[in-house]
Amino acid sequence: MSRAATVLRLAALALLVTFLLTPASFAPLFAPLTQYGAPPIYDQGNLLTLALAQIATVCCATAASAVVAVGLGILVTRASGAQFLPLSRTLVNIGQTFPPVAVLAIAVPLVGFGLKPTLIALFCYGLLPIFENTISGLHGCPPAVIEAASGMGMSPTQRLLGVELPLAMPLILEGIRLSLVINVGTAAIGSTVGAKGLGEVIIAGLLSNNTAFILQGGLVTGLMAILLYEAMAAVERRLFRPALIE
Amino acid sequence: MTTTVARLHRIDPLGALVSAVGAASLLWLPFVVFKLNRILPGDAHSLMQVLPASAALACQVSLILIALVALGIADARVRLAAALVGVIVVAAAVASAANLLTPAGNRVVRVAPGSGFWVLLVALGLMATDAITRLRPRPRPAVRVLMLALFAAVAGAALAHGTFDNLSVMREYAVNAGRFAHEARQHVWLALGSLAAAIVVALPLGILCHRVPRLRGSVLGGLNVIQTIPAIALYGILMAPLGALAAAVPLAARLGIRGIGAAPAVLALFLYSLLPVVANTVAGLKRVSPAAVEAARGMGMTRWQILTGVELLLALPTILTGIRIVLVQNIGLVTVAALIGGGGLGVFVFQGIGQTAIDLVLLGAIPTVALAFSAAVLLDALIDTMNRTRQ
Repeated sequence: MSRAATVLRLAALALLVTFLLTPASFAPLFAPLTQYGAPPIYDQGNLLTLALAQIATVCCATAASAVVAVGLGILVTRASGAQFLPLSRTLVNIGQTFPPVAVLAIAVPLVGFGLKPTLIALFCYGLLPIFENTISGLHGCPPAVIEAASGMGMSPTQRLLGVELPLAMPLILEGIRLSLVINVGTAAIGSTVGAKGLGEVIIAGLLSNNTAFILQGGLVTGLMAILLYEAMAAVERRLFRPALIE
Repeated sequence: MTTTVARLHRIDPLGALVSAVGAASLLWLPFVVFKLNRILPGDAHSLMQVLPASAALACQVSLILIALVALGIADARVRLAAALVGVIVVAAAVASAANLLTPAGNRVVRVAPGSGFWVLLVALGLMATDAITRLRPRPRPAVRVLMLALFAAVAGAALAHGTFDNLSVMREYAVNAGRFAHEARQHVWLALGSLAAAIVVALPLGILCHRVPRLRGSVLGGLNVIQTIPAIALYGILMAPLGALAAAVPLAARLGIRGIGAAPAVLALFLYSLLPVVANTVAGLKRVSPAAVEAARGMGMTRWQILTGVELLLALPTILTGIRIVLVQNIGLVTVAALIGGGGLGVFVFQGIGQTAIDLVLLGAIPTVALAFSAAVLLDALIDTMNRTRQ
């Protein structure tokens, strides 16, 4: 990618960090958006705490779904689990027709309000892209490579850990990246069921008709999602570029 | 000894899972929950407690028969039929449980399906889905649409007949009937309207990106950034400029463009819809073989004729795949539009969350999922038909 894009990303990161650390210094910028002397900067909680809480929720849920989804993906691509492959494909397809809000809403009656329904919804919704990409990644391994590995006397476990998973890793990581980004957005909606996060700011703005709040919550959530996506992409490039050049 | 091993080996693993889950849910999870009003926590009842002994026995016997089919019969058609019969049995059981528990004329008590009902339904759905994936030859697209229509017709007839009227979700529907029709229409309108607008813009944009490779990277990259912005954030961000526009241009305000309401929702959905359609148009055009274009040119077709009659036609299945992604995604995202006053079925979801009335949440969530699912089946069938006629 070009140098301009890198500069743009660093500038976005700097802007986000500055805003979260010293939101009050941006007050003049947001003041024109408020009416009747409403506060220009969210004052019912610390923006930094809310942002960190949201990131923590998203990372916990995505880590859990990555473990489960990669495990399931490995299971259905082995000979013993192959009969479950068509079914799991169909289930993933059906699962994707469930909107995140519906998953969130359906989790509430099962576990009550608060952080738990959000974690469950993020976990379930995060499974799909990772599972799908794990399967495509493992299926995409060239049969010749797998045969060569067997020919070298590798056991199935060694083959999986030493050959198949490393080859599938770029696709798996891409799935995790997709999950992370979708989950940042869903986590914001989680505030409607009582999870701590920036959705609180947006909803407070919607309730009190304060555009400044809505914009703050929206921009910070959007920036976090984009930067998270870019950061993961950068890590992937760092990890896999040498392998690709060889 | 060997025969037992062979016989055990023939037990269907998925059937075993489905039967075990179903049996456990019948034994240990509440089939229905009885509440004195819509907010209070309720008392759990099992199937055996609610239904009269003979009906409960009939229910259990049929579920055991279905479990036996799941365990031992390989024919996919029989398995599918058994699973569908199971869905009907469970639905009938929950409907009659609601009728039996509700005192005559009482509109305040609520009988909600319990977790046991939902788990049982998921188990049966899993069995049916598995049977459909095992069907050989694979059901033709028309047959799949017919199956969907039949299912919708049966469900619609049962709803119209009032079979489920004493269930809590239908109680919420009875209270909100007029608004429900309005919000459902609004939901479909928001999803389809933004999709139509996106197609009008994205098709030419995709063709342009295909013709001018230099544009491709920046256009697709820019659209990708939009995709990463969460819906709730994008709705919020768009409210400010649209509000300013309405304040500055009276005509815009008279056209219904305002900071809150449908305008920011349609605009956000439109922006989200661009990437899949543009990307798939580019991918579809790229896959058109140069030989086909060459042949068309040799036949003396004009550039416009080649574009519409050959290239776009050949790329159509890929473009439709993009449209399918967008439609399913939009139907889900419209739910969030309720937060900014855009209407749609999300109104019930968020109102229900606010009132801790789960039945109201379901009144919004179930139709949304049904809509998205039907849209996926219909468009998949259309894409399959196209691919089949090609071959």
